[in-house]
Amino acid sequence: MKRGWFVPIAASLGFAFLYLPIVSLVIYSFNESKLVTVWSRFSTKWYGELFRDPQILQAAWVSLKIALISASVALVLGTLAALVLARFGRFAGRTLFNGMTTAPLVMPEVITGLSLLLLFVSMELTFGWPAGRGLTTIIIAHTTFCMAYVAVVVQSRLVDMDRSTEEAALDLGATPVRVFFDITLPTIAPALVSGWLLAFTLSLDDLVIASFVSGPGASTLPMVIFSKVRLGVSPDVNALATLMIAVVSVGVLGSLWIMNRRKPTNRNPQA
Amino acid sequence: MRRLLGASGKRWVVSVPGLWLFVFFLVPFLVVAKLSLSEAAIARPPYLPLWEWDDDYLTVTLNIGNYRYLIEDTLYINAFLESLRIAFFSAIFCLIIGYPMAWYIARARADRRNFLLMLVILPFWTSFLLRVYAWIGLLKPNGVINNMLMGIGVIDQPIPMLQTDFAVYLGIVYTYLPFLVLPLYANLVKLDESLFEAAEDLGAKPVHTFLTVTLPLSMPGMLAGCLLVFIPAVGEFVIPALLGGADTLMIGKVLWTEFFNNRDWPVASAVAMVMLVILVLPIMLLRNAQSAAEGRT
Amino acid sequence: MTVSDDQPWRDPSAQPFLRIKGLSKHFGSVAAVDKVSLDIYRGELFCLLGGSGSGKSTLLRMLAGFETANAGSIEIDGQDMADVPPYRRPVNMMFQSYALFPHMTVADNIAYGLKRERLPRAEIASRVDQLLSMVQLGDFAKRKPSQLSGGQRQRVALARALAKGPKLLLLDEPLGALDKKLREETQFELMKIQEETGVTFVVVTHDQEEAMTLATRIGVMRDGEIVQVATPREVYEYPNSRFVADFIGSVNLFEGRVSEDGEAHMRLDCADIGAEIYVGHGVSCTPGQRLWVALRPEKVRVSTQPPAQSHNVLQGVVDEIAYMGGSSVLRVRLANGKLVHVTQPNLDRDDAHPVSWDDAVYLSWGDTAGVVLPV
Repeated sequence: MKRGWFVPIAASLGFAFLYLPIVSLVIYSFNESKLVTVWSRFSTKWYGELFRDPQILQAAWVSLKIALISASVALVLGTLAALVLARFGRFAGRTLFNGMTTAPLVMPEVITGLSLLLLFVSMELTFGWPAGRGLTTIIIAHTTFCMAYVAVVVQSRLVDMDRSTEEAALDLGATPVRVFFDITLPTIAPALVSGWLLAFTLSLDDLVIASFVSGPGASTLPMVIFSKVRLGVSPDVNALATLMIAVVSVGVLGSLWIMNRRKPTNRNPQA
Repeated sequence: MRRLLGASGKRWVVSVPGLWLFVFFLVPFLVVAKLSLSEAAIARPPYLPLWEWDDDYLTVTLNIGNYRYLIEDTLYINAFLESLRIAFFSAIFCLIIGYPMAWYIARARADRRNFLLMLVILPFWTSFLLRVYAWIGLLKPNGVINNMLMGIGVIDQPIPMLQTDFAVYLGIVYTYLPFLVLPLYANLVKLDESLFEAAEDLGAKPVHTFLTVTLPLSMPGMLAGCLLVFIPAVGEFVIPALLGGADTLMIGKVLWTEFFNNRDWPVASAVAMVMLVILVLPIMLLRNAQSAAEGRT
Repeated sequence: MTVSDDQPWRDPSAQPFLRIKGLSKHFGSVAAVDKVSLDIYRGELFCLLGGSGSGKSTLLRMLAGFETANAGSIEIDGQDMADVPPYRRPVNMMFQSYALFPHMTVADNIAYGLKRERLPRAEIASRVDQLLSMVQLGDFAKRKPSQLSGGQRQRVALARALAKGPKLLLLDEPLGALDKKLREETQFELMKIQEETGVTFVVVTHDQEEAMTLATRIGVMRDGEIVQVATPREVYEYPNSRFVADFIGSVNLFEGRVSEDGEAHMRLDCADIGAEIYVGHGVSCTPGQRLWVALRPEKVRVSTQPPAQSHNVLQGVVDEIAYMGGSSVLRVRLANGKLVHVTQPNLDRDDAHPVSWDDAVYLSWGDTAGVVLPV
């Protein structure tokens, strides 16, 4: 279809809008001046500053631990939820189950955070657990909203999947559990990987929910950044952002490269 | 699989995630509802119990004062209206910016589509907080944009942009743009190319083809995308807190202040309950729009 | 070889190998399969033929165990299948989409069923080699399914389904995804393999030519019911209803009333074609009864001169001629406007066709060419 000039230009402007702030973050992370937006000269001193800041290093470690655990638990729970939604057909309580799985995706974070905190407080008053708030409560909270994302990603893969391969395995004598591990799991593996990565990123990124349910001594990286940023722009945050962007870009480009390299052998010789 | 797994296996698969969500997602709302009816106090935790068991007397104290307070103090009503307004117009702006993007990706060559989609998703993978923070550097009075405009002589006074509603709109549109582009793309990419060719063949100009074929057929995707922007934007906290001014009233910020600064948990709970009630309808609409956009019924 | 060896269904003492009794499957209020009873004998290549939605695939999936019946029973080799899950049935299936495991090599795909039986490794390897050479894919053992052509995938799917030596092989549109030329070659390949292995095949297809070529017997399905079970020749030459006559091949259907009911002949008065049809064999009917005559296009002769016979002659004008290569199809318009289809073989290369558009022609057919159908 012949295309006019309007759509490509409008789309390019849209893409530029998405990347403008990120590019400026990266550029000014190499700025010597303390005034973040006035360029003086190239320097990497803020990166050094970053690695000498014990508060940031400590918080980064806390966030990493939380993200690793929450993403992994969310992966298991979210995959089970996806199986239920994609494969169990109708059952009593399906609407409720479906609602509980998808609602956390759009629930405003302040509500999720507040409600979980109040739950933890009530539980502590009633059962004595969890005693106080900290790592555990943040992990529970993050698992809850991350599993919704995992469920959505895995469910769509399960729905797209060719069911006849599972039936073929059954037909060849594999028990249902065996079919799950031999056929279903390898087929949805890419979705599991991206589901886990998504959960990991979301957990690493969350400020609002963690602020509600965290306790003394359990400050996550976003919480530390937020308190720094509230006081004004600080160049070492630029350096931190650049590092995170670099890690994500390398990861995404790397997986793209791997997928592209695999492609030629995947091609049907007759197609 | 349903039948083959056997009843006990199935029950186990349902109950593990089901129970988790029940305890950590559903029950918390009941706790919020309960707390919104109790009275604030200077205590730990800072509220009075809803019921007391004394000898044979069960005393239940329901305090609807928190809700009355929300109505009487115009601050809350204004904050709700302001949040709805900002969220609504942000969704519209996202649609205006995102539609050409989604269309462009959906009509690109198949082998380029994944790359373009990745360009949309990539920012989403980098920290949301840091991306909002980046706008501070761009919008400040002595920030990049003002410096540049003054440098080329368009203005000689910095334009105040940070700590305005403009900055809040910008932040929300910027952050939630991928949420609109992705479902809209999914809708558009499913449309058969021959539909547009048929319309052109029958004499419709590109503009007419767009208005009479493309736009109606992409309605579910547009609605799903707009709601995905609107719903979380209503309760947004970080963006108004970082980019907005002191007079930017958004309900997420009000709830935060009520909870952290005033330590009034019951009023914060009442605010959350009202927000939840307001969002139930859009959330249900979203579910319908999503299943329509995916072509399921 | 006696008749009953070759055609066990004609021998009343033969034991059916697969016995389906009163089988029904409902999806909501729709009966996908409706009280089907069917006996299939050892070594048969049985084709279930029907249009989409006729219930043939549902019936096949019930045999494999993927769908549970609402009523009725399935017995394979004397054993009731009601409580046997798919992974314990002595039945294997070749899927329409082939359902090859994309993450496993060709050899691993074929070995999958054997590994589930925990056979010794060496035995599995030799069995896989044997199957690979049977389907002529010896050099492709280490390839992934995505690196094969459509025809090669089809052969892997067949080898995988045969690997465990099933008592019954189910094939769901086995040739549906292949192009026409390859389909014809593969048909014979499939028949050869069926003969060599002696496994009973049940094939589902919507392609009548495929069913005609492959089958020992065909079961024609419509709306969840089996409307006729017979050999390919019988189904074509002796359809038992207008539906079957019309569904298999093309046919001219004439409606008429019995005007004369003799011992060894009958006459039908057909207002349809404005003439009388003479049938040269006895039919149990009553005078005045409404009947149909199904007449295949190739059984009708066309001539420009009046034929010698006195009955079963019609006059018309050539309306349309379609050249099909091996034959030509003529559409002849009768005086009352009714169109009759006639097929003529193209015997000569340079046939300056004796008939042409708008020619007045005579149509005639033999006394036993038509099939009389009550329904």
